[in-house]
Amino acid sequence: MSMSTGMIWFIIAMMGVGTFLIRFSFLGLIGDRPLPEWVLRHLRYTPVAVLPGLVAPLVLWPATTGGAPEPARLSAAVVTLAVGYFFKNVLAAIISGAATLFGLLWLLG
Amino acid sequence: MTTSNPKSVYWKGVTDGAPFMLVVTPFALLFGVVATEAGLNVAQVMGFSVLVIAGAAQFAALQLMVEQAPTLIILATALAVNLRMAMYSASLTPYLGKAKLWQRALIAYLLVDQSYALSQMKFENEPDLSLSARLRYFAGVITPVAPAWYAASLVGAVAGAAIPPEFALDFAVPITFLAMIAPALRTLAHMAAAAVSVVLTLALFWLPYGTGLLVAAVAAMVVGAQVELWMGRRQGARI
Repeated sequence: MSMSTGMIWFIIAMMGVGTFLIRFSFLGLIGDRPLPEWVLRHLRYTPVAVLPGLVAPLVLWPATTGGAPEPARLSAAVVTLAVGYFFKNVLAAIISGAATLFGLLWLLG
Repeated sequence: MTTSNPKSVYWKGVTDGAPFMLVVTPFALLFGVVATEAGLNVAQVMGFSVLVIAGAAQFAALQLMVEQAPTLIILATALAVNLRMAMYSASLTPYLGKAKLWQRALIAYLLVDQSYALSQMKFENEPDLSLSARLRYFAGVITPVAPAWYAASLVGAVAGAAIPPEFALDFAVPITFLAMIAPALRTLAHMAAAAVSVVLTLALFWLPYGTGLLVAAVAAMVVGAQVELWMGRRQGARI
C-alpha cells in the first residue's frame, strides 16, 4: 500500500470515532425518553430488514469468483437458511452450511 | 422461561454468545490476513479491530485504501456500511435507554451484529426483564465474542499469508448472517421484510456507497410494519 503511515492511522481513528457515534446515536441522545408505538413497530423489523440485504450480494455475487454465482456457495447458503429456519438453531445452521461449502468445494475440486 | 437470577442471566448470555466465537474468529482471522497482505502492520490491524470492531466496514475501508480512493470516499463508504448500527442503537434504546451514560457508551462501543441480534431477540421475547438483567445479558453475550474478535485479528495479522485461499474464509460472513436471519423469520411480516430487503438491495446495487442497502432496509421495515398491522386487523376481524 502506498498510503503514508499517518494517513492510515487517520483513517483508522476517523473510522473508530464515526462508528462509535453511529452506535451511540440513539442510545446516547435519546436516553430514556420512550419511543412511540409506530417507531417500535418499524424497529421490530430492523434485523430482517438489514441483514438479508447485506448478505444477498455476497451469496449471489461472491468476490472470490469475481462476482460469478458459484454452486458450492449457493448450496451452502440454502442449507444454512433451511437448517436455521426448521431447527431454530444458529450453531447447527453454521456447521451445516460450512460442511456443505467445504464438502462441495472438495467434490467440485 | 424467564430467568430472574442476575447471575444466571449473565451466564445465559455467555452461552448464547459462545457459538458466535466460531463465526467471529474466522472473520477476524481473515481480516488480519487480508489487511497484512495489503500492507498494514500488526498495530494498524489491531487499531482497526479494537477501535472500529465492525468487520464489513473494515473490509470495505481496506479495499478502498488498496484502490487508493480519496480519503473522504473511504470514510463515507465504510461508515455507510455501519449506518445499520444506528438502527440497532434505536432498536435497543427502549430496553436500555434508562442505563447510566457510561453503560450506554460501553454498550454502543460493543454494539456488533451478534450482540445486537441476540439481545434484541431476548428483550423482545422477555419484556419483563429488569434493566439490570438486560445489561447483564448483553455483557454475557459480548464476553466471548469481543475477545475472540481481538485475538483472532492478532493471530491473522501475525500468520499473514500462511493461510491458503482454499479455506474459503470469505464465506464465513454470509453463512453467519444467514444462520442469524433464518430463525428470525418467525411471522409473515418478518418474511415479507426479508424478501423486500433482498429484492430491493439487488435491484439498487448500482447506487453508490452502499446506499442501496439503506434504501432497501427502510422500505423493508415499512413493509414489515404494514404487514404486521394488516395481520392484526385480520385476526381482529376473525374474532
